[in-house]
Parts: sequence; structure tokens; C-alpha cells
Amino acid sequence: MSDAPALAVRGATKRFGAVLALDEVDVVAQHGEVLAVLGDNGAGKSTLINCISGVHRLDAGLIEVEGEEVSMSSPAVARAAGIETVYQDLALFDNLDATANLFAGREQAVPAWLPRGMRWMRRSEMNRASAERLRRLQISLPDRASSVGMMSGGQRQAVAVARSAAFASRIVILDEPTAALGLRESRQVLDLILRLRSEGCAVIVISHAMDHVMEIADRAVVMRRGRVVGEEVPRPENRSRLVSLIVGGES
Amino acid sequence: MPDIEAMHHHRHRGAVEETQSPSGHGSDLAQEVEAMRIQDPDRADEGLLRLKALGALLVLLRLGPVLILGVLVVIMANLSPVFATTQNLGNVLAQTAVIAILAIGQLLVILTRGIDLSVGSSLALSAVVGATVFGSSDGGALTVLAMLGTGAAVGAVNGLVLVYGRLPHPFIITLATLSIARGLALGISGGQPIRGMPDVVSTIGGDSATWLAAWLPNSTFLVAGVAVVTTVFLTRIVWGRWIYAVGGNPDGARRLGIPRSAVLISVYVCSGLLAGVAAIVTSGRLNAGSPTFGDLAELDAIAAVVIGGASFLGGRGHVGHALVGAFMIGVIRNGMNLLNIEAYLQLIVIGVVIVIAVESDVLRGRLESRFRVLQAAAS
Ligand SMILES: Nc1ncnc2c1ncn2[C@@H]1O[C@H](COP(=O)(O)OP(=O)(O)O)[C@@H](O)[C@H]1O
Ligand SMILES: [Mg+2]
Repeated sequence: MSDAPALAVRGATKRFGAVLALDEVDVVAQHGEVLAVLGDNGAGKSTLINCISGVHRLDAGLIEVEGEEVSMSSPAVARAAGIETVYQDLALFDNLDATANLFAGREQAVPAWLPRGMRWMRRSEMNRASAERLRRLQISLPDRASSVGMMSGGQRQAVAVARSAAFASRIVILDEPTAALGLRESRQVLDLILRLRSEGCAVIVISHAMDHVMEIADRAVVMRRGRVVGEEVPRPENRSRLVSLIVGGES
Repeated sequence: MPDIEAMHHHRHRGAVEETQSPSGHGSDLAQEVEAMRIQDPDRADEGLLRLKALGALLVLLRLGPVLILGVLVVIMANLSPVFATTQNLGNVLAQTAVIAILAIGQLLVILTRGIDLSVGSSLALSAVVGATVFGSSDGGALTVLAMLGTGAAVGAVNGLVLVYGRLPHPFIITLATLSIARGLALGISGGQPIRGMPDVVSTIGGDSATWLAAWLPNSTFLVAGVAVVTTVFLTRIVWGRWIYAVGGNPDGARRLGIPRSAVLISVYVCSGLLAGVAAIVTSGRLNAGSPTFGDLAELDAIAAVVIGGASFLGGRGHVGHALVGAFMIGVIRNGMNLLNIEAYLQLIVIGVVIVIAVESDVLRGRLESRFRVLQAAAS
């Protein structure tokens, strides 16, 4: 592993018509840390993530993965660079089973000389690999062969997180991973995030749940109106300072 | 299909795991809720029972179309002595071949949440182009290629305009090509059937497999071949998996790097290509290419997919659904003909079956979400 940070965003700027959604944003995430991105609704958090994941293109600024600049021109480029995203809506396929979801967009298939789409899927290998991955992340599903649409909110979230961890991912980004979950299910997802961290991933988490941020994040950056307005180590004693950064009480 | 046994296991295993290894960060409330759950086995068992009942109901709903087809066959066989003869079975197979082939193409489109209204007209245009090519060249292979190419070309227009024209839904473009292709077929043929088809075409569409059984039409083998190839493609090949992914979550597919546009275009090309295959069967049977071929065939194809049990909402369904639906339509038509029931009643019956099928798809969706809720409570 090099000394360069897992992910560095420098001078990121993104406009939607008249709205300046990102204004010269700088964010750095290291291997083995959980970075929380905080901010009120409309602060630009999802836009930042979409730019890092290749869903949107930056108008200005650059994104470096382990010190190398990568032009995030499409989601496929971002995934190839080791960036995995758990979107707010999860982007799961309700009609497919857990394994198909874990491997969506990069199915294991042969032979290599054929175009990717025309290859023969190695279904038993994928089943084995997904069972192994779910076991390692201590995710238990009622039935791996039933469609994801039949699963509970927590199980679906777990599948989405497992997908992001399913490969040689170096950077995992989660947009509001616990927003739709109950207590027990949130607990499972938080544990999953900590497991990703212990595997050496750089984890970026967007969350409104201050308790969760306090518990799992090593560092928190606060965004407001498209700018990064502060950074703190989340500890109980600076909780009120974080909150006032988010709502913009001072400055 | 939900594995009830496995879920049962999971529930108990899950409970044991969580009591044995209370997670270090677990919040007090979460643990209290868990403790309550474990102490209340009555409630949990009742939930499990309802879960099982729902699961059984869902299985029944999924098997519905096959069961209905079976019941239909038994009823017809009892009402008409002719129905179960090999001779008549051959008729049903021959009459169903075109619907089945079109329905398999339509299935691919419906899997991506689309619809292809143009297949009946594509069939006519393919047949007319084929007859014209045969008239001027006499070449069998060339004729077949022209027919397949014509169908695929109409499909390509559908797919390309849908994707690059940024249309919200394929209804309008395939409605347009329904009109255009039929118009072209009428224009090219001068409104008259063009007689004569090469031997390959009439063998495929018109002859029976005398080497095996005189009543068995050759087109049945073509249907079986198309069904097998499409099934392999959908279940074993990466592209097939992507078709399901695009139907299940179009925007999710894009964000996961699946080539959504190419997948969409491809299903319309396949549907058009299969309209060309269906044109070969029709032209072979009648030894001509006519601009009136395939009139309203698109509706049969769509109906077959839906009553066969594929979801009209996309993402769910397989070739078996298209085949079962096609045979249901074939058996209803054939049986009612044998029983001398008037044609208007056939139309009404098929319409009613469509309503029932769509309603059971909606019902299945509702039951599945109830199932999900119950399962979340039980796990
Ligand atoms: N696709 C888009 N088109 C136009 N405006 C957008 C789009 N996405 C986000 N925005 C705007 O950019 C700003 C930041 O939004 P977003 O990144 O979603 O904030 P957050 O996730 O922090 O709530 C908002 O004003 C929002 O309306
Ligand atoms: Mg957001």
C-alpha cells in the first residue's frame, strides 16, 4: 500500500444550472478509516458521492485514487478504480437473487476472449463466492436463492453493502445507509461498516444519525451549500460544535 | 421460490446467535426488543404459520398458468373426442408456432419493461420482402436472410429510436413502426399476396416431420430450438442476466456499469428477428408472402406472455411463460372451434383470461410485499 491517501478529491466543483452544488470541495480519505460526511439536506453530499462514483462528471477539480488521477467518466470507470458505492436507494435488483445482485455488472464468465456480455456465466463459482463473502461479513439471509425483493430492509441493505465489499474494493462509499432501518438492522449495518474498515477499506459514510457518526467515524467533514465548512473528530464533547457547523449557527 | 424450511432454520439459528454473542456495541433498546421476541414464542409461531401459508399461496400463483393450461386440456379432451387425437394435436402445434415464436421475442422486450407492438406488421413486411426476393432471385438462402434481416431491421429502428430519441416508453415508436411496416408491406406487394416460397421455407413452415410422426409439424422443432437457445441465452449468458437487471432496475443497471442502452436496443432487434422467423413459418405454411399476414399477431404475443405468467412490469419471466401462454391461446382457439363455439366468444374468453392474468400478477406483487414484512418480523 502506498503512502498516498486512498481517495483525494481536490477543488471539486459541480453546477446544476444555476445551483452550485459543489464549490471547490477538498476531501481526503485514508485506508482503514471511516470518514463521515455531514450536512443538512441540499448541502451537496449526494452530489459529491455521485461525482466520485462516476454518475455525474465534475465541472472542475480532480479525483485521485491512491495518488493517481482518475477521470471518473462513468460508473464503470469508478468501479474499475476500486470505488464501490452503496447508493441511498441501494440500486438493487429486486427481481434477482443475492448472488446475482452481488455480481451485477461484473459477472464471472468465460471465455475471456469473448466480449464480456457474450460470455458464459460461471454460476456455481459465483454462488460459492457470494456464500463465502456473506459468511465473512456475518450476513445471514433467509435464502440466498430467493429474490432480493422478498427480503427485509436490513437484509437488502446488507446485500448492498456486501456487494460494495465483494471485490478488491479500496474505497467504499455509503449514502445514508441507516436512514431507512430500525434499531437492530442499523446495528448490523454499522457492524458491517466497521468490518470493512478493519479489512483496510477507506469508508466514506453520509449520515444524519449523529449517534451513528459518533460511534463509527474516525473523522467527520461538514458540508454546507456545496462547501466544506469544517472538520472534526467526532467525540461527545464536540458534538454541539458539529451540529452548529451543520446548521450554520456561527461563521 | 421461497424455501420455507431454510427460513425456519434461519429464524432459530439467528436467535441463538444473537443471544450467544451480544454484540459489543449493541444498544440497550435493541437488546430489549430481541429479548422480548425470544420470550414470546406464541407470537413468533403464529407469524411463521402465516408466512408458510403466504409462501404456499405464492407458489400456487406462480404455478397458476400451467395448472390452468392442464385443466383446459383435460376439459377440451372430455368435451370433444377429436381434441386429443394426434391429428388435432398437430394442428394445435402448427397454429401455435407463430404465436409462440413472437411471444418469446415479446418476452425479451417485456422483461425490460417494454412492449413491441410492431411484430405483426414486421412479420407481414418480412414475408412480402421474402416473396419479392424469391421472385427475382430464386435463392432459398437469400430469401431466408432477407426475411430475417427485414425483421431485425424493424427491431433496430424500434430500439435505436427508443434509446437515442430519449423516448420515455416504447409504446409510441413501436406503434409507429406497426403502421409503417404494414404500409410498406402493402406498398411493396401492391396489396396482393405474392405466391411462391423457396423449398426451405415451405419445408419449415408447411411440412411435417414424416421421419418421426406424420402429424408432427416441422415448425414445432423450430419453436423448440428458439425456446432452447433463448433459455440458454437468458439464464447462462451474461447478456441475458443484464436483460433481467435492466428490467429490474434500469437506473441501477446504469450505475453498476451495465450497458443499458445496448441491452435495450438488443431486445428489440431480437424481437424483430423473431418476427422474421415467424414470417418464415407463416409464409411456408401458405406458400406465399402477403401484406395481411400477422394481423393483430402482436396482441396474441403480448397476451401470451402475460397470461403465461411473466410480469408485465418487467424483470420477471422466462421462456416457459411465453410457451405456456401461447399454448393456452392455441388450445382455447382450437377447442372452441371443435366445439363450434362462435368466434366472438373466443375473443371474449381470451380477454377475460388476460384480465385474470394481470390481476394475479398484481396480487402476487402484493403478497410478496406482505411476505417480506412478515419475514422481517420473523427473522
Ligand atoms: N441531478 C440534479 N439536477 C439538478 N440539481 C441537483 C441534482 N442533484 C442535486 N441537485 C441540487 O444540488 C444541491 C445539492 O443536492 P444533494 O447533493 O442531493 O444534497 P444532499 O445529498 O446533501 O442532501 C441541491 O440544491 C439539489 O437540488
Ligand atoms: Mg442526499
